Amino acid sequence: MSCNRRKFIKHAITLATWSTAAASSFGLSRQANAELAIVKPVSGLLELTLKDLFKGSTITESDKIHIQIPIIAENGAVVPITVTSSLSDVLAVFILVEKNPLPLSAKFNLSPELETFVSARLKMAETSDVIVIVDTGKALYSAKAHVKVTIGGCGG
Amino acid sequence: MSSIKIRTKVIDGKIQLRTLITHPMEHGRNRNKETNELIPAHFIKLLTVSHNDKVIVTADLSASISKDPYFAFMLKSGAVGDKITVRWEDNLGKVDAESHVV
Repeated sequence: MSCNRRKFIKHAITLATWSTAAASSFGLSRQANAELAIVKPVSGLLELTLKDLFKGSTITESDKIHIQIPIIAENGAVVPITVTSSLSDVLAVFILVEKNPLPLSAKFNLSPELETFVSARLKMAETSDVIVIVDTGKALYSAKAHVKVTIGGCGG
Repeated sequence: MSSIKIRTKVIDGKIQLRTLITHPMEHGRNRNKETNELIPAHFIKLLTVSHNDKVIVTADLSASISKDPYFAFMLKSGAVGDKITVRWEDNLGKVDAESHVV
């Protein structure tokens, strides 16, 4: 019990710091984040981010998105990810880590001259799902991969 | 010395572009182990990649990208001699850019 409480406080502080410092750069409204810190410390973060990003548009799961990521990441500070897709007219690729304090990791706006091929390295706080959302302008497609993290990437 | 390294490779007429940036990417939640003070957030917010001065990628990043970030992209067409420019901007307003000829 005491452990849970500690975790709760930790997350609440983290969120509060973040909402003022960084989250606004991603279009997450400060107010929404502040609310979140009080009401829902951990769960629902992803939903809120998605809601904020896509305004409730439906996201379909697609097998045309291929995520190449290790199943077990020994070090959460460096998790290599490569996203490829056979979908056409891809405008943007979003990479989200479900259980990170700030789920949206990166948003890549790609021009038509590029193949849908994005590679990056992520930090992951703990074992969670990595969600990739591809925006084709007309619809949103998503794919998921579960990554087990043995050492967290948050340090400290 | 520039903080950006760019490598390109022509594969089947496509250009593979890889870039490595030296940056701490602090998310503001880590503590200094000796003084126990929070290390202020310092991460790249915006990354742009241009091909012959035309912007092809703009990426909004968060601090959950690893320290010394690495990115790779694939251009559908391109030729030897094309110019690739990578530019980043962090939350403290620092900027750096580097050009590379394929």
